[in-house]
Amino acid sequence: MSKQKVVMTALFGLLGSFSAFADMGIDEKINIAIKPYADAVANTVFYSFPVGGVAIPFVLVWLIVAASIFTVYFRFINLRAMKHGLQLVRGDYNDPEAAGEVTHFQALATALSGTVGLGNIAGVAVAVSLGGPGATFWMILAGFLGMSSKFTECTLGVKYRLEHEDGTVSGGPMYYLARGLAERNPLLGKLGKVLAVMFAIFAVGGSFGGGNMFQANQSFAQLVNMTGGDTGWLADKGWAYGLVIAVLVGLVIIGGIQGIARVTSKIVPFMAITYVTAGLIIIGTNYQHIPAAFGAIIAGAFTAKGISGGVIGVLFQGFKRAAFSNEAGVGSAAIAHSAVKTKRPVTEGFVALYEPFIDTIVVCTITALVIIITNTWDPSVDPSAGVQLTSKAFESEISWFPWVLTLAVLLFAFSTMISWSYYGLKAWTFLFGENRFTDTAYKILFLFFVVVGASMQLGSVIDFSDAMIFAMAFPNLLGCYFLLPVVKKEMNEYWADLKAGRLVKTRVG
Amino acid sequence: MGSVLMVGVDCSDCSNRAIDYAAEHARQADAKLFIAHVIEWSPYTFSTVEENAERHKRREQELSRAHAEIVDPIVDRLKSEGLSVEGLVRHGHVAATLHALARENGVNNIVIGRQGTSMLKAHLFGSVGSHLVQTAECAVTVVP
Repeated sequence: MSKQKVVMTALFGLLGSFSAFADMGIDEKINIAIKPYADAVANTVFYSFPVGGVAIPFVLVWLIVAASIFTVYFRFINLRAMKHGLQLVRGDYNDPEAAGEVTHFQALATALSGTVGLGNIAGVAVAVSLGGPGATFWMILAGFLGMSSKFTECTLGVKYRLEHEDGTVSGGPMYYLARGLAERNPLLGKLGKVLAVMFAIFAVGGSFGGGNMFQANQSFAQLVNMTGGDTGWLADKGWAYGLVIAVLVGLVIIGGIQGIARVTSKIVPFMAITYVTAGLIIIGTNYQHIPAAFGAIIAGAFTAKGISGGVIGVLFQGFKRAAFSNEAGVGSAAIAHSAVKTKRPVTEGFVALYEPFIDTIVVCTITALVIIITNTWDPSVDPSAGVQLTSKAFESEISWFPWVLTLAVLLFAFSTMISWSYYGLKAWTFLFGENRFTDTAYKILFLFFVVVGASMQLGSVIDFSDAMIFAMAFPNLLGCYFLLPVVKKEMNEYWADLKAGRLVKTRVG
Repeated sequence: MGSVLMVGVDCSDCSNRAIDYAAEHARQADAKLFIAHVIEWSPYTFSTVEENAERHKRREQELSRAHAEIVDPIVDRLKSEGLSVEGLVRHGHVAATLHALARENGVNNIVIGRQGTSMLKAHLFGSVGSHLVQTAECAVTVVP
């Protein structure tokens, strides 16, 4: 305990030293210092080539091509396994002997609380604004294809996880890239190691970027928006907000006060349900506009008028925001899913299908419909003002909802940070080994980036965040291609057992 | 078919009357006796990534603690009295899990102690006893 105290004191000291030179626009200083690096990283990852006048980043093509190949290779498993996935989540096949272990439901719920968040609220608003209603169509399609990527990576995550002697579990792309490829043949094993290290480096970056700075930045932006906007007293106090959040996150990840995280993990699902319900109410009360909205979505998807980049521009916006929201192909969720207790890794893959489904096809579509129906989308919107736009859309129908939305945004941001701090830590300890020093070093860095993220402005945070998270997809999906036969074998064996009735159903009805 | 009894216990010394009652009956009928403890747990709770990663370890700890502190002392005591006794510990919903354990072990009489739950609490949340009786698949004896 006393060791923890020392660490905490040191931490608060470090964070406190920020406030010393706070009085003279520290936000701006941090922004100027970090921006060139953030931009350089973003430009590398988002290496683009022109298609029909629109610069298409290679990484996006990489994600969509992989998701499409996986979908065809597994013969539309994303549709075929939906019914069985639901049965698994419900616990129809739970082994009574394994009562007390992590269930499929818990693994899915935990993974979802790391994914559902700002991407669904802010990202969609940006996609619809810049790409028009048609972007929704491509977003849904990307979510549908992403289900296959998620299936693949989560099956592998469970199959190649490491069960430590003390009974804890570590899983995720680091492990399946290193162990899975080595199992195929020794030469591939070498490549697997390289990919695993690359993935881990990007995952650490992603945990500082999209899993942290982006969250701090966007939740602060919404708070400023609600407290008087740019002229409000909070406007230039991003660093102060960052400090508060850093202390809260620090209490959980360094102070070991799991209570805060546990409470958050229980509130977040209810916030998500509240958000979805409010969205459905708005859509329901405007039911007469639903056909027109869907008309605009379909028409806009193929005939983009007045959208920069035409149809390709619309498609790009939809795909980009879907990928950023559900993280399919990125590999992050495989870390969360691999804690499940099951003898058949592929079952977690079937369950993981529901992650992009709920995240993108359900939640993102609801956001998009609300924005389209309330006609609040605005092609001239600044890409960093996504939350505000969604807030405005909900406000036009339910005047007090922005406050609920603000609370939801804060909680989503917080829970995403907690999840990503874990993903990042796992990647970090994969690189540097597991001991007290490396552990604490990572956590302090993580908290530092909370403050940086809240202080930085506009586009540079978003670009850097996107870049680091998407970079994870390069090593992850490349490794997945080599491991596809492994997944297919698992899937076929399980499917045959299921069809032949060799699996014990422990709950009827 | 011989008689098989099972006592549901909360803690090592708060279910004494139920244990005594069951032990007496087991002795008379020369029946096998199970001492069962259920660790309250739901498969549908929300947890953090870290909790999930440590879940297996925690579960092992919970099981061994329940055995060491609750079930085993009772089993040892009754064994020394010459009864045929076995301890069972499992996670889950209390009533449903007691029924499942009874089913798996061919138990034909579940014995539990009255909990003394207040009317209001029982009304709002239900009590183990009433759940057990309502969903009974074998005889359920509630010892006052």
